[in-house]
Amino acid sequence: MNIALLLEMAAEAAPDRIALVCEGKRWTYGDLLAAARGAFELIQDSGAEYVALLDESSEAAVIAVFGAALAGVPYCPLNYRLPDADLAALLGRIAPALVIGDEERVLRIAGGQNHTVFPRDEFTLKVQETVPGNDTRQYDPGEGVAIQLFTSGTTAAPKAAILRHANLIGYILGTVEFASADEADAALVVVPPYHIAGISALLSSIYAQRKIVMLPSFSPEGWLSLVAHEAVTNAFVVPTMLARIVDAMEKGATAQTASLRAIAYGGGKMPLEVIHKALERFPSAGFTNAYGLTETSSTVALLGPEDHREAVASEDPKVRARLTSLGKPIPTVEMEIRGENGEVLPVGEPGEIYVRGDQVSGEYKEKSALDAQGWFPTRDAGFMDQDGYLFLSGRADDVIVRGGENMSPGEIEDVLLTHPAVADACACAIPSVEWGETVGVAIVTRQGHIAPNEGELKELVRSRLRSSRVPEKVAFVSELPYNEMGKLLRRKVKDVLAD
Amino acid sequence: MKPGTRLKSAACDTEVMVIRSADGQIECGGSPMGEARPTEPAPLAADFSAGTLMGKRYIDSEGKYELLCVKPGKGSLSVEGAALVVKDAKPLPASD
Repeated sequence: MNIALLLEMAAEAAPDRIALVCEGKRWTYGDLLAAARGAFELIQDSGAEYVALLDESSEAAVIAVFGAALAGVPYCPLNYRLPDADLAALLGRIAPALVIGDEERVLRIAGGQNHTVFPRDEFTLKVQETVPGNDTRQYDPGEGVAIQLFTSGTTAAPKAAILRHANLIGYILGTVEFASADEADAALVVVPPYHIAGISALLSSIYAQRKIVMLPSFSPEGWLSLVAHEAVTNAFVVPTMLARIVDAMEKGATAQTASLRAIAYGGGKMPLEVIHKALERFPSAGFTNAYGLTETSSTVALLGPEDHREAVASEDPKVRARLTSLGKPIPTVEMEIRGENGEVLPVGEPGEIYVRGDQVSGEYKEKSALDAQGWFPTRDAGFMDQDGYLFLSGRADDVIVRGGENMSPGEIEDVLLTHPAVADACACAIPSVEWGETVGVAIVTRQGHIAPNEGELKELVRSRLRSSRVPEKVAFVSELPYNEMGKLLRRKVKDVLAD
Repeated sequence: MKPGTRLKSAACDTEVMVIRSADGQIECGGSPMGEARPTEPAPLAADFSAGTLMGKRYIDSEGKYELLCVKPGKGSLSVEGAALVVKDAKPLPASD
């Protein structure tokens, strides 16, 4: 079944309802479907094998997703922040493509690759001018790949993760009720178009008939002003964005946020301090922490608004700790924590998170990572507590193995962050002659505080965790390296600590 | 019936997409559904006239059949005379 059906149904049920607001322009479901059908013609004529987007979010991203789907060509949004050489290599892997966006750059770095390039405005104009074919036109049945996303490739060359129409349809039909949104609902989408959260936000909002309000480029002030101006009810942010929004509000930025009912976050670890402040700043909003991966078509576990409220109000440290959890697996997904030999681990024991379900693709262009029973090893390490709450301890590759004992960086960092003078902390493995690996930590001192001394930090860890967790090396840095999605780049910290 | 096949009612406006199916006859309004609508509409059977709702998924009791309504109509869905029932999505608290 083709994902374009989601837009076709929305357009059939409410052709004149506003579907999208971007930079002041308003698009109805009918407009978007007509444009997607125009894009189909353009894609067919070009002979492209992929449709790529090298641009910030705009209506072109929505039109391209569905146009590519109708044409049966994978849609592949690219990270425009990549350096030229890396981007040229990715473009080479999808040639010949119809590329929407930065024409000058594509021609300069990948001119010989036979791409058809349209600047955004030209694409948007052309697809509207193109008269869609009549009803007898044969659109793709949707048995193949809908989306191809290159993983960020922090450890090796980027992998081409593929999501089939069936994965995305499974996710949407299983988790979204058709046309369930109120006409006044508006979802603010600010994640970049090449991120899975950006794509699933488009699909679920369109199927729910929730108006999408796009913010192509994030700034706290821009976000707050759009919330007020469009009476935004739902928003998804990555942790760094929420931190900057809260910070701007504290510094007195104009904020009219009473319309906000739901704020979801994900894509990286949320600092406890930030979520506490955000809960105070947005008292009428329900918060949801969503955990998912590109390979799972977005969300597989979540911590809902009720969980947030309970955790904040509770005296029980176990319940309070849920604020640092990812919540529980969603009903349409199965989840297991497994040990090194693939055995399912008991409650509370840390291991690798495995997931299975219709929405789980676990597939790369080169090969599938699913096992014979359809389980996908996420490479994320974590554990589940007695009540079924999932806690993430980092990437499986980030686990510190000291003398055969597995330790998660997360638990050490959580303890260090309780020190009043510690603003940010990263624990990672450093080579040790005696133990194979041992713990190294990088610390960012909180503004206005004196750097804590090494002994004090070691004692703090010793007092809360086992002595094996005590860092052997402590480095003080001015800031930790994060990518633009708020993901901590541990490899870089490792390099600093190895020196 | 292959998943992704679009079936039309002979008795009303209903159209469905097949998500899951076995060998039984899929009906709407009491008459077999097909990929094309017959020129002469079939009468709407009183027992199968509760109507279909856009965007709802309909399933049988054994989980062998699942149909997504993509166009609503006056008839209701059945397989070999056994009525299908609505399967609810498990909506997430707007996580994305």
